[in-house]
Amino acid sequence: MVEFALPKNSKISGGKTWPKPAGATETREFKIYRWNPDDGKNPSVDTYYVDVHDCGPMVLDGLIWIKNHIDPTLTFRRSCREGVCGSCAMNIDGQNTLACTKSMHDVKDGAVKVNPLPHQPVVKDLVPDLTNFYAQYASIEPWLKTTTPTPQKEWKQSHEDREKLDGLYECILCACCSTSCPSYWWNSDRFLGPAALLQATRWVSDSRDEATGERLDNLEDPFRLYRCHTIMNCAKACPKGLNPSEAIAELKLKLVERQM
Amino acid sequence: MSGFRSSMRTPLGRVRNLGASHSGTTDFWRQRLTAMAMTLLIVPVLFVILTLVGRNHAGAAQILGSLPIAIILLLFIVASAWHMKIGMQVVIEDYVHNEKLKLASIMANNFFCFVVALASIYALLKLSSGV
Repeated sequence: MVEFALPKNSKISGGKTWPKPAGATETREFKIYRWNPDDGKNPSVDTYYVDVHDCGPMVLDGLIWIKNHIDPTLTFRRSCREGVCGSCAMNIDGQNTLACTKSMHDVKDGAVKVNPLPHQPVVKDLVPDLTNFYAQYASIEPWLKTTTPTPQKEWKQSHEDREKLDGLYECILCACCSTSCPSYWWNSDRFLGPAALLQATRWVSDSRDEATGERLDNLEDPFRLYRCHTIMNCAKACPKGLNPSEAIAELKLKLVERQM
Repeated sequence: MSGFRSSMRTPLGRVRNLGASHSGTTDFWRQRLTAMAMTLLIVPVLFVILTLVGRNHAGAAQILGSLPIAIILLLFIVASAWHMKIGMQVVIEDYVHNEKLKLASIMANNFFCFVVALASIYALLKLSSGV
């Protein structure tokens, strides 16, 4: 059955409050989820104070400041710091988003609460295990599949057909959408989730691809595709402003279309 | 969840698992079809119900004896029972993860919806035929 409570060893207990930085005139409180697989303890939420005059405006700037100035053991993923790589996806103030594009000043009340992406196994602190998520992406075979011999030059595509990929190709696979989806929380072992399905739509919509039918065959399943109930948490969470719900509806429409 | 994570199968093997069942589209379409049918039928159905309020058995039998009214109600019974069956199955598939319990629940859901539909149809036909 669905689990409404966290397992015993995942329940959050206690947490350390780190001292305010000496000499800081203005600070911002951060409450950050901590879990270390090596100490055998339950997760906790630690409280940190960031010197806002010595730190950039984004939540990621705050995390890096904490790691550099207060607690070097704080673990999180980050790379491009400009919303392109999707590494720093986490749950900030109750919303999945990218720490690098979320300003700490947009978190209005009290502390900036930072948790790992929901309902995924945690590797350490803010780092989720996305193995299943990446395998689901691999399962939709995200590459051009053709039978026609490869042309001397490029595979051609009209401007109109290229426009059909807009709103799909921009996905950076940060997993904000999939891990915000209740259907994915309950059935992530069988439901492919919004990110993989948006990518599936990207390949199904590609005029150069010759495996559209096979791709739809692979998706036509009560669990792989039809667990999506258009809850639309995915569209709300997407830091790139994409709409996976709409992309999934397009897949469903195509599946009906080929039966009629 | 925990079971499939601790398996030694590769992640891709776990995701591909038994493959796609190549089904689901028919239920998806029927759920929308029955929803649309109920949307169209709900106004006449409510009208019939309101005209039945306060009438005795003979009066009700007289109204339901009309062919168009009986057909509207029959269509509504079939559409709503079918919609109920698909909707409840979706809820079961979402939340019940024990395979045996899931199969039993889906079976019970099918039986329940079928019985409700047949009982309603029987009651309506009995009333409308004045038996």
